[in-house]
Amino acid sequence: MKGVRWSLWILVAFFALVGLFALQLSRPKDDTVASTMVGKPIPSFALPAATDQNPGLSSADLADGKPHLVNVFASWCVPCAAEAPQLAELQREGVPLVGVAVRDQPDDLAAFFQRYGNPFSRVGADKVSQLQFLIGSSGVPETYVVDGRGVIRHQHIGMVRPEDIPDLLARLKDAQG
Amino acid sequence: MIAEFGLAALWLAAALAALQLVAAWLGQRPGGETLALLVRPAAVTQALLCGVAFVMLLWVFARTDLSVLLVAENSHSEKPLIYKIAGAWGNHEGSMLLWVTIMAVAGGLIALIEHRLPEKTMLATLGAQAFVGLGFYAFLLFASNPFARLFPVPAEGQGMNPLLQDIGLAMHPPTLYCGYVGLSIAFSFAVGALLTRNVTPEFAKVMRPWVMGAWMFLTVGITAGSYWAYYELGWGGWWFWDPVENASLMPWLAATALFHSASVLASRDALRTWTVMLGVVAFSMSMIGTFLVRSGILTSVHAFAVDPTRGTFILALLAINIGGALALFAARAGTIAEGERFAALSREGALVINNVALSAVLGIVLLGTLYPLVTEAFSVRVSVGPPYFNPVSAIFVFPMLAVLAVGPLLRWRRDRLERIKGPLIAIGAAGIVVLLAAWLMAGIALLQLLGLALAAVVAVSAFMPLRGRSLKRLPLPVWGMAIAHFGIAVALFGMSVDSAFTVEKLTAADVGQSINVGPWQVRLTAVEPVAGPNWTALSGRLSASYKGGPAHELVPMSRTFWAPPQTTSESALLTRWNGQLYTVIGGGTADGRWQLRLWWKPFVTCIWLGGLLIALGGFLALVGRVAADVRRRVATRKIAVRRAEVATA
Repeated sequence: MKGVRWSLWILVAFFALVGLFALQLSRPKDDTVASTMVGKPIPSFALPAATDQNPGLSSADLADGKPHLVNVFASWCVPCAAEAPQLAELQREGVPLVGVAVRDQPDDLAAFFQRYGNPFSRVGADKVSQLQFLIGSSGVPETYVVDGRGVIRHQHIGMVRPEDIPDLLARLKDAQG
Repeated sequence: MIAEFGLAALWLAAALAALQLVAAWLGQRPGGETLALLVRPAAVTQALLCGVAFVMLLWVFARTDLSVLLVAENSHSEKPLIYKIAGAWGNHEGSMLLWVTIMAVAGGLIALIEHRLPEKTMLATLGAQAFVGLGFYAFLLFASNPFARLFPVPAEGQGMNPLLQDIGLAMHPPTLYCGYVGLSIAFSFAVGALLTRNVTPEFAKVMRPWVMGAWMFLTVGITAGSYWAYYELGWGGWWFWDPVENASLMPWLAATALFHSASVLASRDALRTWTVMLGVVAFSMSMIGTFLVRSGILTSVHAFAVDPTRGTFILALLAINIGGALALFAARAGTIAEGERFAALSREGALVINNVALSAVLGIVLLGTLYPLVTEAFSVRVSVGPPYFNPVSAIFVFPMLAVLAVGPLLRWRRDRLERIKGPLIAIGAAGIVVLLAAWLMAGIALLQLLGLALAAVVAVSAFMPLRGRSLKRLPLPVWGMAIAHFGIAVALFGMSVDSAFTVEKLTAADVGQSINVGPWQVRLTAVEPVAGPNWTALSGRLSASYKGGPAHELVPMSRTFWAPPQTTSESALLTRWNGQLYTVIGGGTADGRWQLRLWWKPFVTCIWLGGLLIALGGFLALVGRVAADVRRRVATRKIAVRRAEVATA
């Protein structure tokens, strides 16, 4: 019967599939969701102040000619507490740091700053993850390099580890030029 | 000791599977008749030992024996007993043991009762079953030992995912595994038939109840899984084309085609190649599904603990079992004799279209599920969702449903359309009336419109084959077919109405505020804290009235579990005959209001009701076939007894 020919093709297709599976298994899995907003201007927004310690944050604050680090965080997020020393070091280096507090409460935030320090010049309250969605952030913490014209230049997903600091500083420098 | 006893039983079962394989192999050779006698007892003993191992696992979970690693990782002494026991298979190792146990029991059962096929084919089948089983034993014993000990013994277990503490979900894996394993039996029969060049109507008859049973379990599993996702995830949707949903849908599609094919082979001796091929494909889809879920190469809401060794192991099993069977098929496909011929316009012809369409949908789902993997190999990230799956599968599903309406009315071998003119006009009229009626209601998209019309067509046609027949004497399988086809119409109706007429409201409400959603007026009367056995919750009290009627209370919750810490939303549903009110409460907003999400979903319950009707149809067909088989056995025995009496007289 003519069955022989097409059954060979099925066999070939099957082993191609096994090859694909093997290839994917052998690669480390990258589950991060990269923002498609990198390279684009940050959408216009205005967030109210998250606590009475810092003023709120709007898109105009970011387009003041200097590059900024925008840290998307929350007091209820454990890695956000873990990255606090690194953010403090960036602040000592003179980096302009602004925060976006996602789905947070003023009291919790104040306690969080009390405990881990407050490296931010401005902290906007993003109550319903509105800004978070606009800039393509899928979780906390994430840190964005935004240049002086308000264009998102880089997205750092996950906590800032000590070894990430030189990279972030280099990207800020790039954003300046 | 219990754990060691279980492990020993598992090793012994594996040894018996090896014995079964070797004896089946050597027993086929001249002079191997004595060895061949070992095969069936080995299969039965293997089933018993595997059952013992599984009971031991249930036992250590029931006792919360924290010196067993699996218990410590997945259980907690404060958990209700039923979830402690269900926890035994709510994890990778335990679920694999469950799989192997069901497979061994099914293998033991065919060894015990099946005598219709030539012994040679039976040996090859049991050998194939042992071969597949051995792979899974190796996987369990070397890469996923459920009985591994933990030292030092921890003071408390690490709990179980709170999302999984749900009775429906406790039953979900066993149901799906019964389906997958039933397909492994069909696979073994197909391999046995190919090896011994014995693709006959008898083979189809023997295989059919297993496929039918597997298909019924898969139907229930998919229906229940869909309902679970619907009320537990709190997103208001019932199908997300998630890789894991697709992984269960693909074997179902293959099994649907398989038992229709097997029916043709059993009663008409046609579609031999189709039946064998689908027998191999159906189990392949189960294994590919298992691989996709367990290896973690696709991102899905069903995340199992991912371990690359396990992925590699399952991939190797997949390559050996399925690759081997496909190679065997390629080698033997030419030797399968062509069955009985039939005209294009005949019931066989309609069933071939059914096979082709189901295979096409299977291909579409497989492609959509794997496409992200293919592009990822070229470092491009994509995700494939409803905009692809819905219209592309509809291209094949809609014509298939039209054929489904006509096919059962056709005669075997050859038919003329004039003969069934009356029923065809009735079916067509039903479709056109509904199409026009739905079209007049503004704002319905094309797919929903066609879905409604086809639901009417299929519903009317489902009972046409019963025309002019005595309902009392109608065989159960015919009832089963009518009910299952009607179930498809009911489910399709639910899907179309839900997607066309659902009303959604997302709002932040003050206590005391009223919200209108569709015909409902919902008032948030109170928000209060509640405590459960292992969670605390924020619960909202809603008072809902339908078109100004009496008020009903709904209590959606946002639960926080503490072991492990996690928040889930418990939706509250109110079911009426014509739909469901679906409510979810989120957290509070900064200004003291509460996030509420409300849906009115007309006739959404028809989706699962339809699924259950489909499964019920399968159940009736299965009972009908098994009862006929039992009657036949009893009759043969009586004849044998009578003959013996005559001979001695």
